[in-house]
Amino acid sequence: MLRWIPLLPLAAAAYHGVMLAFVRRPTPRWATIAISCGSVALSFVLACVGFWKLRGLAPESRVLVDEIYTWISAGVGDQAFSSDLAFALDPISAVMALVVTGVGALIHIYSVGYMDDDDREDKGFQRFFCYLNLFTFSMLVLVLADNLVLMFVGWEGVGLCSYLLIGFWYSDRFNAYCGSKAFIVNRIGDFAFLVGIFLVFRALADLGAPSVGFADIEKHAAQMAAMTLPVPAWMPFGPDWSLVNTAALCLFVGACGKSAQLPLYVWLPDAMAGPTPVSALIHAATMVTAGVYMVCRLSFLFAVAPEASAVVAWVGGVTAIFAATIAIAQTDIKKVLAYSTVSQLGYMFLAAGCGGYTAALFHLGTHAFFKALLFLGAGAVILAMHHEQDIEKMGGLHRRIWRTHLVFLAGVLAIAGFPGFSGFFSKDEILLAAYTSHVPGHQWLYAIGVATAGLTAFYMFRLYFRTFWGKSRAPKALRDHMRDPVAWVIDPLWVLAFFSIFAGIVGLPQAYGDWFRGWGVEESNSLAKFLAPALAPGEPHALAHSTEYWMALGTVLLAALGAALAWLLYVRRPELPGRIARAVAAVYRLVLNKYYVDEVYDAAVVRPLVRFSDRVLFRGIDAGLIDGAAVNGTARTVRGIAANGLKYAHSGLTQGYIFFMLAGAVALVGYLVR
Amino acid sequence: MVPLEHVIGLSAILFAIGILGVVVRRNLIVILMSIELMLNATNLAFVGFNRMWPVFGGEPSLDGQVFVLMVITVAAAEVAVGLGIVIALFRNRDSVDVEEASLLKW
Repeated sequence: MLRWIPLLPLAAAAYHGVMLAFVRRPTPRWATIAISCGSVALSFVLACVGFWKLRGLAPESRVLVDEIYTWISAGVGDQAFSSDLAFALDPISAVMALVVTGVGALIHIYSVGYMDDDDREDKGFQRFFCYLNLFTFSMLVLVLADNLVLMFVGWEGVGLCSYLLIGFWYSDRFNAYCGSKAFIVNRIGDFAFLVGIFLVFRALADLGAPSVGFADIEKHAAQMAAMTLPVPAWMPFGPDWSLVNTAALCLFVGACGKSAQLPLYVWLPDAMAGPTPVSALIHAATMVTAGVYMVCRLSFLFAVAPEASAVVAWVGGVTAIFAATIAIAQTDIKKVLAYSTVSQLGYMFLAAGCGGYTAALFHLGTHAFFKALLFLGAGAVILAMHHEQDIEKMGGLHRRIWRTHLVFLAGVLAIAGFPGFSGFFSKDEILLAAYTSHVPGHQWLYAIGVATAGLTAFYMFRLYFRTFWGKSRAPKALRDHMRDPVAWVIDPLWVLAFFSIFAGIVGLPQAYGDWFRGWGVEESNSLAKFLAPALAPGEPHALAHSTEYWMALGTVLLAALGAALAWLLYVRRPELPGRIARAVAAVYRLVLNKYYVDEVYDAAVVRPLVRFSDRVLFRGIDAGLIDGAAVNGTARTVRGIAANGLKYAHSGLTQGYIFFMLAGAVALVGYLVR
Repeated sequence: MVPLEHVIGLSAILFAIGILGVVVRRNLIVILMSIELMLNATNLAFVGFNRMWPVFGGEPSLDGQVFVLMVITVAAAEVAVGLGIVIALFRNRDSVDVEEASLLKW
């Protein structure tokens, strides 16, 4: 049964592909919609069924496996390696599958309204849904895979779909450029990911279990911890590297690429060139969380690699605050959300690195809801504004598009950590994990987390106030015709808003769980308890509830301060931000230009690489060596010899030919009768 | 009975004379005649070998002599074509010297 969860979207994608490639007549709209949305919705139903089946099992044996066939089989005896095409549903993948199919189905429905005017001559509408279904399939393969190799297939598949969808409106060269950028930056991470898989395989092979299955990794993690990797003595930390740390770091670099962490985050803001539902589904809710999922999926590996985990935590923390500061100065509504996504993903890695895998997955889930909601809400705003994305040209929209305004507000409150909203609980869990962990400098990580929470509240409310309050800065013609988008677009938002507000209940910490007893919440931390058997045991935090309350209060106060500051600057005294920007012009320019990271990469990596490719690889090796020396050189040499010497053998004298024939015959006979 | 060595020897001598004629003479008609000479040298060898081994594979065999008939037929056809070429050449060039006909070269 499990196999049908990914296969249904694949079947839909295949249908669209065939119709696009071989059938000239356009497919009826209703068929496209029914097949696309229907397949994902059915997947969601199947995922729910799987989830309920899983809950019916004893906690220790909560895993459903669907082996389809042996995919790779090599070697013999106890060195035999085999990798199955097998899907496994355990608590982590069940939660992920629910998020992917659930949020995915909603975004499919939303896309029907959003992509409505895209029925151009190249059948864009159907093409879009083809890619979207293919993405859902790849993501589900990634999530449900029961070994690293199959996970890598999904990993690459989502990268491909991301590329296809970012460059969906390919007639604009910039979009195509952004797609390529995403693809190439991801490829850097994928390379490291692949090396990580090889290292894991090697370690397991040395332990007599040549495999890359997650179950085997879990079983042998403790033994792997003691293994070393010989490297040349001159390498730093040489000559013996800890194998788990190296493997975990390689895998984490892969996660950095996919989940847009420092230093590989640069593709995500540019990925906003794609249609907004794509930004919501791929670049906020699901694909970019694949890295976090992978780290949690390999929690047993990371748990025995403390150094690598510390790197994960610190990269996450630094990314969180770094991206948050960039988000403050952006004026493109989607760019703000993009940097916010980078920042929130940093949060998740911060938690995962600190051993709070549950917290990371909890935040992953709630973030999927509220960030998808925010992006889709932004898409609704963009539709209402006739594809204007600059918040400087918005303002005062709350009265005109009040439905969109309400759901957007729910998302903003959730991400800012308003008490009771889902983001409040998940963020709290992360900060708690950072506070109680043993990662070096974890107090600083905690401080960074709290500061980021304040920044998040500030830039989200800035976005909210700038868009929905204050005086309208839109052209008058546009202002008078502004209305909420169609039901296809607005209805999924209500669902997402509901979950953004209430999804926190599944992971209600003990400290708050008691308050809600009798309100339908029987047990607190139910998500953590559900996930626990599939994750490495985190560090138990024995904090008094009062400490937790004070910590939460501090975070909330800081967030409230950020929100109040945003209100002061952008509603009450809208002339202030300009004056502040002028007062600290240098800093403002630095932040506005995203710390010039793109420019630095351009100068340090891209341009040297392009120049090297052009001068050496293209002109030197390809044009010079291969085309010039090898291909044309052979021809020139043969022609030279023939024209200057060999042709005189062709004398035209019959008897000359006869002589050579005779000489040949004599030589042949001489050789044969020797 | 004439021993095989004599037959083969005569055949070789005739063949050598034919080759020499083809290689050194410039007159196309003489070259054609030399070719005929070589063909007949081989005919002689065929006949000689057939007489030496009249039984092949346990059965009486006349393969060598049959082959000679074949060669004679082919030679007649070849002479017809050859002479045709010679006449065509002579009509065009007023000569049957092969060194005169050496335009097809580099």
